[in-house]
Amino acid sequence: MKALLGKKLGMTQVFGDGDRLIPVTVVEVGPCVVTQVKTEENDGYSAIQIGYGDIEERKVVKPLQGHFAKAKVAPKRYLAEIKTDKPTEYKPGDTITAEIFSAGDKADIVGVSKGKGFQGVMKRHGFRGGPGGHGSHFHRAPGSIGAAAFPSRVMKGRRMAGHMGSDRVTSINLEIVKVDPEQNIILIKGAVPGAKGSLIMIKESSKKKAK
Amino acid sequence: MDRIESIERAQLRDDIPAFGPGDTVKVHYKVVEAGRERTQVFQGAVIKKQNGGIRETFTVRKISFGVGVERTFPIHSPKIAKIEVLSRGKVRRSKLYYLREKVGKKARIKEKRR
Repeated sequence: MKALLGKKLGMTQVFGDGDRLIPVTVVEVGPCVVTQVKTEENDGYSAIQIGYGDIEERKVVKPLQGHFAKAKVAPKRYLAEIKTDKPTEYKPGDTITAEIFSAGDKADIVGVSKGKGFQGVMKRHGFRGGPGGHGSHFHRAPGSIGAAAFPSRVMKGRRMAGHMGSDRVTSINLEIVKVDPEQNIILIKGAVPGAKGSLIMIKESSKKKAK
Repeated sequence: MDRIESIERAQLRDDIPAFGPGDTVKVHYKVVEAGRERTQVFQGAVIKKQNGGIRETFTVRKISFGVGVERTFPIHSPKIAKIEVLSRGKVRRSKLYYLREKVGKKARIKEKRR
């Protein structure tokens, strides 16, 4: 599987086919460094660990300092593990750049959505709410949350008000519009989870290619 | 932000002449018809310009067979082959929506005198 860590920079528009303006998210990706290679013999499964974002060495805890020293790479702020069939193709210290993707590819984007705080059922779950006026006092409340003496409890999974956002969200099958390896920038069609400047992972799409 | 700006700036065209609302322009617009590309001309008065940067658009109004036709183009569209400015109009507002209710003599725009 191909994957990269990056940072969401923001959104803009580019002219695509003809004069069609395509909404795109600008993502700074990598360059990512391979910090560890996990093999079947050693770890029971095969994967590579990649790091992204520079950080001062004194800000890294001692165990991680040793981890980076073993791979002979500069300390990185973020680490992520990617499953791969061919761990032998990589060795610690390799850099992976935006070039592994090309325009027209489909990708899945993983990010942490913007936090919305404590929200009511209308915003959080799309409940309809009540009428605004005409003598009604029922506006944004959830309404009934169950029956009475039986079962005399609220069923598990009942949708209620609570904390919304700050979830790990994957947007699947988004099109890569443009790749700029010089600037380490990838343009992705449409919106991507998270705020500007937040960490994002770009993965090869899990969906099969349409024929 | 400047990295996003550089992406937008790279797409801006610098071969577009300066024009504004009230001006009469001829827009040469490339259209693909039956696999062949040809240029279509749309001539009329600019009644508005809006947005900025890569999103900037302008609207041209003309009377075609007695029916008012308005068309909006993105200024930096790669499909615009050429824009000719035929005359400069003297107008007192930036959006000339009032032209929609006027016909004949009242729909004229005074030419700017130099």
